[in-house]
Amino acid sequence: MSIVAQLPVLPIVMPIMAAPITLLLPRGRAPHLWACLFTWLTFAACIALFREVAATGPISYALGDWAPPIGIEYRIDLANALVLLLVSGIASVVFPFAYRSVQLEVDQRQTPLFYGALLICMTGLLGVTITGDAFNVFVFLEISSLSTYALIAMGARRDRRALTAAFNYLVMGTIGATFFVIGIGLLYQSTGTLNMADLAQQLIGQDNRMVQAGFAFILVGMGLKLAMFPMHLWLPNAYTYAPSAVTAFLAATATKVAVYVIIRFFFSVFNFDFAFIGAAFTYVLLPLGLAGMFVASFVAVFQEDVKRMLAYSSVAQIGYMLLGLSFATVEGLTASLVHIFNHALMKAALFMAVACVVLRSGSHSIHAFAGLSKRMPVTTWAFIISGLSLIGVPLTVGFISKWYLLNAAFAAGHWYAGFLIVASSLIALAYIGRVAEVMLLKEPADDGKFVLPKEEAPLSMLVPMWILVAANIYFGVRTDLTGDIATRAAEALMMMAGGAP
Amino acid sequence: MDHLILRVTSKLLFAPIILFALYVQFHGDYGPGGGFQAGVIFAVAFILHAFCFGLEETRKVLPQKALTIAMVIGFLLYSGTGLVTMLLGANFLDYDALVPNSTHHAGQHYGIIIVELGVGTAVAATMLTIFYHFTGREPDIDQEDW
Repeated sequence: MSIVAQLPVLPIVMPIMAAPITLLLPRGRAPHLWACLFTWLTFAACIALFREVAATGPISYALGDWAPPIGIEYRIDLANALVLLLVSGIASVVFPFAYRSVQLEVDQRQTPLFYGALLICMTGLLGVTITGDAFNVFVFLEISSLSTYALIAMGARRDRRALTAAFNYLVMGTIGATFFVIGIGLLYQSTGTLNMADLAQQLIGQDNRMVQAGFAFILVGMGLKLAMFPMHLWLPNAYTYAPSAVTAFLAATATKVAVYVIIRFFFSVFNFDFAFIGAAFTYVLLPLGLAGMFVASFVAVFQEDVKRMLAYSSVAQIGYMLLGLSFATVEGLTASLVHIFNHALMKAALFMAVACVVLRSGSHSIHAFAGLSKRMPVTTWAFIISGLSLIGVPLTVGFISKWYLLNAAFAAGHWYAGFLIVASSLIALAYIGRVAEVMLLKEPADDGKFVLPKEEAPLSMLVPMWILVAANIYFGVRTDLTGDIATRAAEALMMMAGGAP
Repeated sequence: MDHLILRVTSKLLFAPIILFALYVQFHGDYGPGGGFQAGVIFAVAFILHAFCFGLEETRKVLPQKALTIAMVIGFLLYSGTGLVTMLLGANFLDYDALVPNSTHHAGQHYGIIIVELGVGTAVAATMLTIFYHFTGREPDIDQEDW
């Protein structure tokens, strides 16, 4: 077989075939090593795929050799190659990191199931990203969601509230997926096709109620999945009570993939000839993005639980992504794509730092962070550097995101949005600064709810965490890598949508 | 012995149900049916057994460990078919590669029969696993069963 010709399907086939085998492995180290091996192989395949796409343009792969639009097509262009790279990259760092953290937080007898579910979750997210078939998006979305519910519920060993959090997410996520599939059904009804490229062709000139309703269902369904303010209520609990490694993985990938789906549908399936697209951008995404940025950031400031604080911060950061794409310009879309990538790097690093603290102190309340700089300096500085990145300090990826976003806001004539971006960054300074102050200056007060950490986190956790912290700085300096790719991807998407490039 | 009539009847029904499951399974590539329905019918035979003889008796016949292995094998039968077609130089799940140079797409028939067998195995095992865990009376699922 020619490995290059089969490359597009490898990131899906490898992990999904590895996942069930994980169940048969003996408990302990084996499932973890097996899962790590396959995330690395998948990452390697995604890198090869990305290079291929960057060099030769979009790749199409017909599953079962059924030519699109009849068969399922995997279609990879720069936009989803970037997201594929992100998801598999984060997985290849978080999986090795997970071992010690999972040992503490998840029932030892569940480890084969845990790593199996984590692999399936990754496959689902990659599948949503890679496919060019609208219904296939739904199938992979369910694959990733179902395993996510189980993964969150596995946090019940430490805190029984993980069960209600997982159930809440199950209800909300299922409503979201149902709305999404109703939307796809309406589009199918009016066009008779499910292939995205073909949908875009068939939808031309079909500005009727059914298409509008389909669009609205897709927007609301995906809005639930990506925790768009005010549909984010499932997210804080799910992230707080899930095992720490799961939170790090999900926060960096799951919502990002949902944002990608929104971008894909808005720009590649629908186009700017539809009046309602513009209205949705101006009257739904823009105000909700701005509201999310402020309300969620503001709520984050008052959280006693660092994990929950970062979860609210995620909702706020999703506001930035929605704001970027709501400008419907190349600059805005670029900013959105760059922020998808960058926010994944910083949030994964932050949640990994929290996981290290949980490992040593047994708690993610802010009190457990008191005086941490003396006891766990390496973790403390990882948290502070990625926190600075979240705020948007120069030389970090956060600054690059904000820079692109400000550029886009002023170029699109929404100068007030530019000021609001800066203002909301100041709120981020408040909540990150609060934790930093506690870590650096406060004396630990033992209230019996946690143990004082005696030593630094193990190397198996520090190394992956610092790889991500280093990535935060590397991509903050080498902006040509993400910026150029995102610009090219955004230009291609705008061409498809028929807007001015 | 309690519930004698029920138990004798269910024993009589057991084999025909499984036979029907196999009929639906191997009829599925041409007519209505297929792996999913067959898997459910297959599982129903064992669920009936559990209703009439108690869960413990069924667990002796089909322990959870065997079900887990069956789930994995079922899934790997499906995806393995795709892997084989890839190794034969065609796209993932392009069954034509199984019998090249066939004038009437014989590979498509072989492919779908193997894939449906995988689906049937996995669905039957999963249905029974869900049933075991819902009917098991332990307050928590006994993790040693996994």
